[in-house]
Amino acid sequence: MNFLRITSPHGHSPLTTSQVMQAVLLATLPGVMVLTWFFGPGTLINILFGGILALALEYSALGLRNRNPKPYLQDYSVLVTSTLLCIALPPYAPWWLIATGMVSAVILGKHVFGGLGYNPFNPAMVGYVVLLISFPLQMSSWQAPRGLGEIPGVADSLTALFVPASYDGVTMATPLDLLRQNKGLLLEDLFNNTPQFGQWAGVGWEWVNIAFLAGGAWLIYRGIFTWHAPTAMLFTLGLCAAIGFDSGSSESGGSPLFHWLSGATMFGAFFIITDPVSGATSNRGRLIFGALVGILLYLIRVAGNYPDALAFAVLILNFAAPFIDQYTQPITYGHKPPKEDDA
Amino acid sequence: MNTVFNIHGGIHPAEEKHLSNPGIVVDAGLPPSLVLPLSQHIGKPSSLCVKPGDYVLGGQLLAEADGMVSVALHAPTSGTVIAIEPRPVPHPSALDNLCLEIACDGEDRWIECTGCEDWRAETPESLISRISGAGIAGMGGAGFPTAVKLMARERLPLKTLIINGTECEPYITADDTLMQVDAEGIIEGAQILAHILDVEQILLAVEDNKPAALAAMKAAAEAAGGGCEVVTFPTKYPSGGEKQLIEILTGQQVPAGGLPADLGIVCQNPGTAVAARDAVCIGKPLTDRIVTLTGRALMRPGNYRARLGTPIEYLLTIAGFDPSQNRRLIHGGPMMGFALESAAVPIIKTTNCILVPTEQELPTPPDAQACIRCGLCAEACPASLLPQQLYWYARAKDQEQLERHHLGDCIECGACSWVCPSHIPLVQYYRAAKGMIRESKAEKIRSDRSRDRFEARQTRLEEEAAAREAQRAARRAAAEQKAAAGGADDPVAAAIARAKAKKESTNDGEVDL
Amino acid sequence: MLTLLQSYPLVAALIALLGLGLGFGAVLGYASVRFKTEGNPLVDQINQLLPQTQCGQCGHPGCKPYATAIAEGGAINKCPPGGQETIDALADLLDIEPQTLDAEHGEEKEPNVAYIREDECIGCTKCIQACPVDAILGAAKLMHTVIADECTGCDLCVEPCPVDCIDMLPRKGGIEHWRWELPEPNHNKNDIIATDREAA
Repeated sequence: MNFLRITSPHGHSPLTTSQVMQAVLLATLPGVMVLTWFFGPGTLINILFGGILALALEYSALGLRNRNPKPYLQDYSVLVTSTLLCIALPPYAPWWLIATGMVSAVILGKHVFGGLGYNPFNPAMVGYVVLLISFPLQMSSWQAPRGLGEIPGVADSLTALFVPASYDGVTMATPLDLLRQNKGLLLEDLFNNTPQFGQWAGVGWEWVNIAFLAGGAWLIYRGIFTWHAPTAMLFTLGLCAAIGFDSGSSESGGSPLFHWLSGATMFGAFFIITDPVSGATSNRGRLIFGALVGILLYLIRVAGNYPDALAFAVLILNFAAPFIDQYTQPITYGHKPPKEDDA
Repeated sequence: MNTVFNIHGGIHPAEEKHLSNPGIVVDAGLPPSLVLPLSQHIGKPSSLCVKPGDYVLGGQLLAEADGMVSVALHAPTSGTVIAIEPRPVPHPSALDNLCLEIACDGEDRWIECTGCEDWRAETPESLISRISGAGIAGMGGAGFPTAVKLMARERLPLKTLIINGTECEPYITADDTLMQVDAEGIIEGAQILAHILDVEQILLAVEDNKPAALAAMKAAAEAAGGGCEVVTFPTKYPSGGEKQLIEILTGQQVPAGGLPADLGIVCQNPGTAVAARDAVCIGKPLTDRIVTLTGRALMRPGNYRARLGTPIEYLLTIAGFDPSQNRRLIHGGPMMGFALESAAVPIIKTTNCILVPTEQELPTPPDAQACIRCGLCAEACPASLLPQQLYWYARAKDQEQLERHHLGDCIECGACSWVCPSHIPLVQYYRAAKGMIRESKAEKIRSDRSRDRFEARQTRLEEEAAAREAQRAARRAAAEQKAAAGGADDPVAAAIARAKAKKESTNDGEVDL
Repeated sequence: MLTLLQSYPLVAALIALLGLGLGFGAVLGYASVRFKTEGNPLVDQINQLLPQTQCGQCGHPGCKPYATAIAEGGAINKCPPGGQETIDALADLLDIEPQTLDAEHGEEKEPNVAYIREDECIGCTKCIQACPVDAILGAAKLMHTVIADECTGCDLCVEPCPVDCIDMLPRKGGIEHWRWELPEPNHNKNDIIATDREAA
């Protein structure tokens, strides 16, 4: 009688890669719901359209690479990429914008390097940056949040997707833009005089960020990723903001709370920089990775030219990740330098 | 010392220890024949001292230790040696190795065993020779010759003996059972070992998932008086790894490339302690052991006392094996054991468990997916390695980086593979990479030696050729001189030239030597 | 001077570049002398990578001569005992494209060790003379034997033996030489992109 010869260990923990990816998808839900509440169904439609497109792209890329697509499509990784990219895109983006982004993310960001696990850059951010540089106008036209403008319905959203020219929504500068462009007003006056500012940060934005924070906290609780990178990023972002706050003068870079709850901060902290493939791999490395993203994020937000800085900060640090790994290897058992007091 | 320390990483797989009813030992009986591999331990195979056709008694020496790192082998029962030939042995390679087969006569007659009256009066040397003469190798799984481990006392000052009753692998209950049924034997064995090692402190380490064993050990330790201390700590795999256990109990780490003895510590398995007690007190060599037969493909799982050499097939039949749902036969536990290809192999000194799971219980792993560098493996690694990095370097066969990332400190516990969401067989990568590095180092030494020998030979040949050439030149010069002298027709000059030439050629001869 | 430079910016640029070039050249030159590393000569580095079988299958009388030939620009794919691994290592050292083994010089095979059937040996010493690493012991009219640990498995002793009593046996057979292999790649092989087309 012949038995199977399989290497040890013979048991396995119940967690699989597909489940990791599904958990990440599930954790975006609160954020997406709040986005939808404040900005209308545009994000949802982006995610749906982008997801279908991404699956088709993944399928054909795998076909070109002579792979059996089934196990790859089942790992949900492409859906995570597409969902994250679509969350980052402005709602009511035209179809060609989403398509360009998706091709850049899935093909350029992922398959060109060898598929899942081999991509040196975060694919969603690759797609986002390609769009941001190519189509700055479309990428910065954000719908005005609920309360400041009319929220389009599903029909309008579909029109916006497929017949872009015919759609004319209400767009508004985001709070981050306003802050950067602010030249003369004290921070307090800016908050009071501009309708886009809410209690702590932008109207709508603050709740979107809180929702993503909740989703991320759940993922950490589930053990999907560790707390290191997000905490470090939020810490250094807050620290930089505290230093640049300048007691709320007209030169102020905004308060820590403002930065934590603005733009893509929480989304980035919990869903983008935690991408394990393109990030640093040891816990110490993740602390450094997150910390540097936080600093860069602040610097680009305050001094740079783009509405938000997350994608650039992440891509730049993706370059540095192997280097960080090289120097943050944990001390292996038995390699601790002998203590001084050991005689 | 009741404080215990935590170790990095570790996992909590389902324990499944209840399956095999720890605490009850069933006698497996006497199979028709026993197959005894000559290599049941780490080190050189034992060297035979019987031949086919010999009649042997139980306890009779069959093969003796060959050199320092080797152990003896004894007949587990009486019978005739019917074959000495390569047979399948329990080894991950599924290759054959030299074995000796005994057809049992069923009478189970034994040689006279004599123990020593009072081991406290014996010298460590005589006790070590009793233990090495009894063929004892570590019974926890690795099979390192116990006597060699005990000789550490000659090199280093020792202070602690740890009896490792952790048994952190799921399913296995052999040590648990032994601790319940023969706690006194373990304590006495530990005392003998401590006497040999000249250590003050004996720590008996038991994980907190074995309350019955813990109680038995505590009672026995109390009865035995001072010196023995039972320590318990939270269950976590792989707490029973020697290095991990030392960190749990002392907070110290065994230095890389070093031995526990460098910290003044020696670890032994409870089974080894009992075997040492038997060898010293009653003179009985190691010829049987407790094996956990478990898994849901068995109708009567349990702990069986089986003679070494008992074929696994025979044991499976006794334990009611149902092959319909089973595809795997595992020697050892589910985390570190290896899969056997055939049940026609015997149990050996290191066989602590035979696991026959159903397909539902331990499913055949699916194909590996891509590594997403999630880092769960690094969280689980008890040696604080970066398994995800080692995986890439092992695939790339990058020896330099593998060594930089301390592949050699991997204990192959399997925690990384267990947690890997992509089902990558990480441990196999590390084993292969370790083998590759070992082999290429050996090849390097070999080729360096060949180069030196080749160059030495080249130099020798050149010197020989040069010497021959010099000799030829001298002879030619002499002849020419002779001819020249002959032309001048001066007998005196010719004589001088002859003498000169002769002198030169003798000089040459000296150089030649 | 300054006014001249100001009126002819091209000249100024040229002088600046020249000055920079000279300055950095001097620094580099100094560094190369000051921090000179005593590296192995190339031949020795190549010889380090060769398997030292001394079998002559490459057409050179030993590994060192072959190393010399490679250093002078010879092909790196003529060493069957070293196999692909050696070729790759050489290509890496010399920074050239790796090649496949030149079949003209033999095939890559598992390392062997010579074994003399001692009953049949007539003591002719021919194999002793042929052995490139002095791994055969014996004297005229007396039985010879191979020092197995020193034998490189080069086959050179087999041919001279007049009674054909030398066998080449595999060196690494048996359980003690067994080692784990890397896991088989899956059917959905997940390799880098360069190999993708070949998988078809």
